[in-house]
Amino acid sequence: MSTRVARDRVTGTPFTRGLGIVTILGIVWLVIFGLFVTPADVNQGETVRIMYAHVPGAWLAYLAFIVTALSSAMYLWRRTRSLTWDRIAGASAEIGVLFMGISLVTGSLWGRLTWGTFWTWDARLTTTAFLFVTYIGYLAVRGLGGTHHQRARRSAVLALLAVLEIPLVHFSVEIWNSLHQEASVAGNTDVTMDGLMLFTLFLGVIVFTLMYVWMLLHRQRALTLEDMLDDSGLDRALAARRAEAGVS
Amino acid sequence: MKSMLRTAKAIAAKDLRIELRSRVVTNQVIPFAALVMILFAFALDSDALLERVAPGLVWLATIFSVLFIVARSFALETADGALEALRAAGVDPMGIFLGKTLALATQLIALEAVLVGASVVLYRADVSASGGVLLVTTMVLATVGLASVGTLYGGLAAGAKGRETLLPLLLLPVVAPVLIGATRATESAFGTNGIDVSEGWPWLGLLAVFAVLFSVVGTVAFGPLVDD
Amino acid sequence: MTDVHADLRSGHHDHVVDVRDVVVVLGAFPALAGASLTVDRGEILLLSGPNGAGKTTLLRACAGLVPVERGHARVLGLDVSTERDAVRRHVGLIGHHNGLYSDLSVSENVRFWGSTVGASSAEIDSAMRRMGLDGRLSDLPVARLSAGQRRRTALAALVARRASLWLLDEPHAGLDADGRDELDAVLRAAASAGATIMVASHELERAGSLATRHVRVVAGQVVPVVGGSS
Repeated sequence: MSTRVARDRVTGTPFTRGLGIVTILGIVWLVIFGLFVTPADVNQGETVRIMYAHVPGAWLAYLAFIVTALSSAMYLWRRTRSLTWDRIAGASAEIGVLFMGISLVTGSLWGRLTWGTFWTWDARLTTTAFLFVTYIGYLAVRGLGGTHHQRARRSAVLALLAVLEIPLVHFSVEIWNSLHQEASVAGNTDVTMDGLMLFTLFLGVIVFTLMYVWMLLHRQRALTLEDMLDDSGLDRALAARRAEAGVS
Repeated sequence: MKSMLRTAKAIAAKDLRIELRSRVVTNQVIPFAALVMILFAFALDSDALLERVAPGLVWLATIFSVLFIVARSFALETADGALEALRAAGVDPMGIFLGKTLALATQLIALEAVLVGASVVLYRADVSASGGVLLVTTMVLATVGLASVGTLYGGLAAGAKGRETLLPLLLLPVVAPVLIGATRATESAFGTNGIDVSEGWPWLGLLAVFAVLFSVVGTVAFGPLVDD
Repeated sequence: MTDVHADLRSGHHDHVVDVRDVVVVLGAFPALAGASLTVDRGEILLLSGPNGAGKTTLLRACAGLVPVERGHARVLGLDVSTERDAVRRHVGLIGHHNGLYSDLSVSENVRFWGSTVGASSAEIDSAMRRMGLDGRLSDLPVARLSAGQRRRTALAALVARRASLWLLDEPHAGLDADGRDELDAVLRAAASAGATIMVASHELERAGSLATRHVRVVAGQVVPVVGGSS
């Protein structure tokens, strides 16, 4: 019993340790390739290197939000109802918000260097900003309290609502944006990528995905432990309470 | 179905009767929205500019007011534990949603009418007969969408810690399509920048999709969101 | 109006409330730690006990408002976990809040609650009459009522929506002597008319005279009153 509990109280397993090592090696590889091996872009110069973090970050955020939506649906579906799905949804949303924040910051830094502006009211950017706020709201609702299943149901419904909003917001922003004929700066900055640059970008996506899986596993288990902490000692508390009644 | 409609009717009638008695929306929220319109005029300080942005200001003021009307709508329910009592009595949550949405929509339409009137007076907006038809349709569709999504998230935030800030955090990103669609349609109705009335109608598609989507989804999702 | 008691499923209809070894956990705290209790039709059962003993949670469990972790609870033959919505429609819980709209009058509030189940005007009038709210009082806004009148308005709402099990949490709190006497009178009348009433209270001398039976709730369990119940 005590060994089982002790083993339950860490979030690492041989698999996650191995995954962590692979991820760290991958990051080192990405840094070397991104900063030193790949050439500077003919148009953008050295700033193109931001892309190796920015693009995978954005990709990851979207992947994370898709995972949140899918596991929310799994939670709501009666046959697969389990708090594990809820914790995966929550953990994934947290990581998604983190990566979306990173990609917004790196994107605006890149924009400042390339376009001369931190922000442009481009459809993709605007949608991303709305998405960012929406998932901050989602995380706020997760923190509202109540029982675990109350939290799970509320946030699962909200996650599915967010999936409905995203296309609607994106579509409306896109047609709104198409009316403004400001010479779209985003249009003529096509990066002419050689094979090595494309490979590095691809490497970045893979490394970031590994990192995501690694973080998700740990975070999900940490959330499980948090929930267990709430539940633990129920039997002990019950016994104590029963004894209390006997005495009085 | 029958009990859902009966509940919806009872809730809507109750909310509107309370508004007739207390006049919170009439005497506080509508003056607030009108004040916002006046403050915009001070801030922008240019007749030409005001005329150009009038449609956007009408809908921005509407959306800010939605936050207050939704908060008021659920403050009634939580003041003496009525929302909890409704849940505890097993009252159909779909009926509660529809009833509160209907009452909210009625109050919003009144508010929008005042704001459109204010923009005619303050910002020299001009509405033709065909523009009027477009404008009324825009108001109806936008209102259904805003009232649905407002009731849905208002119910979620009701009684929660920090509900004053949670509601705008949840609501404002979602209503962006309504702000965009309604503003463009209203520009056409006002003839802002010489835009023709006929150019406004396609935007109503967006408003209609939003209204249908959130009224249907809201009816289904309200129960799970509000209930424990 | 169909009498719920006639609808009771066979085999389970001995008691209006049948709670066995119920455990209810709030957060990590076992608010009920194996409570057992039966209540029969027409009883006015007093639950006494210290604050935090689980009286309120027991009432909420009977109303289908808190999840039952272990054990089982049946109300009017319905399981509070699996048939929660049906249970809720037949049960009325009045706690710290009365669930009234202060801008509306007494009759408007009662009418609103009645309309959620499609009650007729005659039913609404009769509900108000039974709670002593007819005449001048019925048109007053709830904001201008005394605490006792508000509680009776909330009870009239229970009658109007045809709740047959009434769960009252500290119903005498905040009432003056007249208010208490009036409340006791209408509760006795309701019980003899067939309602089943559970009253949680720590004011023994007050609620004791009202109750037909008395149990104590201690540390999340129901214990018989020492010296026997009345």
